[in-house]
Amino acid sequence: MFYREAGQFKASYQADAAIFPIRQDRIAVAAILVVAFVAVPFLATPYMITGILIPFLILTLAAIGLNILTGYAGQLSLGTAAFMAVGAFASYNFILRIPGIPMLLAFALGGVVAALVGIVFGLPSLRIRGFYLAVATLAAQFFIVWFLTKVGWITNYSSSGVITAQKIEILGYTFTTPESKYLLILTIVALMALAAKNMARGNIGRSWMAVRDMDVAAEVIGIRLMRAKLLAFAVSSFYCGVAGALFAYAHLGTVEPEAFNLDLSFRVLFMVIIGGVGTVLGSFLGAGFVTLMPIVLSVTVRFLDSNLGLHIAESTISNLELMVFGGLIIFFLIVEPHGLARLWQIAKEKLRLWPFPH
Amino acid sequence: MSFFFEVLIGGLLSGVMYSLVALGFVLIYKASGVFNFAQGAMVFFAALTYVGLLEVGLSPWLAIPATLAVMVVLALVTERVVLRPLVNQPQITLFMATIGLTFFIEGLAQMIWGANVRGLELGLQDEPLQWVTDNTGMNVSKFDLAAAGVAAVLVTVLALFFSRTRIGRALRAVADDHQAALAVGIPLQQIWGIVWGVAGAVALVAGLLWGARNGVQYALTFVALKALPVLILGGFDSVPGAIVGGLIIGATEKLAEVYLGPYVGGGIEGWFPYVMALLFLLVRPEGLFGEKIIRRI
Repeated sequence: MFYREAGQFKASYQADAAIFPIRQDRIAVAAILVVAFVAVPFLATPYMITGILIPFLILTLAAIGLNILTGYAGQLSLGTAAFMAVGAFASYNFILRIPGIPMLLAFALGGVVAALVGIVFGLPSLRIRGFYLAVATLAAQFFIVWFLTKVGWITNYSSSGVITAQKIEILGYTFTTPESKYLLILTIVALMALAAKNMARGNIGRSWMAVRDMDVAAEVIGIRLMRAKLLAFAVSSFYCGVAGALFAYAHLGTVEPEAFNLDLSFRVLFMVIIGGVGTVLGSFLGAGFVTLMPIVLSVTVRFLDSNLGLHIAESTISNLELMVFGGLIIFFLIVEPHGLARLWQIAKEKLRLWPFPH
Repeated sequence: MSFFFEVLIGGLLSGVMYSLVALGFVLIYKASGVFNFAQGAMVFFAALTYVGLLEVGLSPWLAIPATLAVMVVLALVTERVVLRPLVNQPQITLFMATIGLTFFIEGLAQMIWGANVRGLELGLQDEPLQWVTDNTGMNVSKFDLAAAGVAAVLVTVLALFFSRTRIGRALRAVADDHQAALAVGIPLQQIWGIVWGVAGAVALVAGLLWGARNGVQYALTFVALKALPVLILGGFDSVPGAIVGGLIIGATEKLAEVYLGPYVGGGIEGWFPYVMALLFLLVRPEGLFGEKIIRRI
């Protein structure tokens, strides 16, 4: 009854190709944005913001980046964290070496540098496909992290390799409270997510999807494979680079290569797979799931432990969490291989009829 | 010059160790098209189980079959619980499932046997072979030679198994085409169970050798990462490719570390194999011995 698009006529191509073609979707997105921008900063505790919401949003951005590459363009990558690291370190160097550079510009330039590196490591994708490519992107992961550790100039010859990130300062305002950082990140993520949705519906997005579905056929109908694939790598790495810069500056507070290890790459990949390949919504859902699950797990296990008086050893708890995490991933893949976004689609179908099925 | 050969031989022999792990990947990929990331965790699990059983008081000759049994059970359970419900899913989904499996096995192994580092004694010393040192002045590790011997035996057995037995023929049929294999009456699920069991056995051998060399510890799971460049170099679906790829990676990695490393600050072992495999792929996108894929619209 409430989710029925009957009567919403699309009278022009623009209306048909809109980012949110259904009115209820527009209202829902606006409502969510209002809640996220206005209500959350007042209601959420600082722990919730710094511990859950900020990493959730930043990792969402990285997941959108990877989703562009893997979900839309079909190129599997295991090097996400490395591109994030490039973004973080490039931003650090821009801020360090160009006095007075606007912070947001530095983040964007960090993204651009990550995009350039992404293009270099995307070049093999013109020859290699599938898992060969996935393993090849591991080269990026290991090489970049090694490079950042070894070249002293990048870390400004810091002896420990762990650099304290500069304070985020935009137009004379310093972002120190969790709420202000949250709002900054939320703005960036919301804008970039919209941009991603916009790209996906347009010419670029369609050429990516054609390449994903069958690259030989895409080439035959006149899509320039090289351009489409390298563009996917560039855009994806740009998103990851910005996410990496935010991760270092707004979440960790330090810039260090070790934060961007293979584990992070896998976590972002999980977000994409569990959330749903080839959907922006899926990146949000997946990031939420992967960020929340370990927290929920450890809270549950500790709750059970203290209430039932089991006195499980700390190491057992962490191993148990590892097992449950792995088990849940398998479980989710079996139950819904197309990801959480697919569940939303099914819900949408049902909502169209609800509550009067006839 | 003799130093060069010493490094080369050392590299080749350590390459054999990589091949052992890569072999497990190849077996599973060949028969089910699953890129089994959990192979490293299986190596870890096998080594830990073996050491754990020794600590419980089993004799080595009893512990090996017991561990083998555990690995086979693990393989069968994996097939039943993870693979069977995911039949016909895209490869990336299966790959993700094996990463989930990796977490699960790592947690399980450490929960049962604890996380402390243990030594593993196979009765082989990692010391230079006296006879070779006397004659040529090179240091060749006894342990590495023994490992190479084990790998040679294993590969021969596997090659015979694949080409001469009924099950081996069925395996190759499944590798070529799942549906056609099913159509001629090959029990797919049974075959997958067997393949994962064999991969578990290979993981046991690799786990014993790697465990004896580096100690049985969590770091064993990273061995899988060492095996990946070997895989793409040799081709995902080729047993000889795993061996040759391992030799090439092992040799060039050691040579690069010794001759190139000092110029760039060392520590290049971590990524050099990948970059080399990557450059190699640009010339041959299916790896050395991988099956050439013909694409049609």
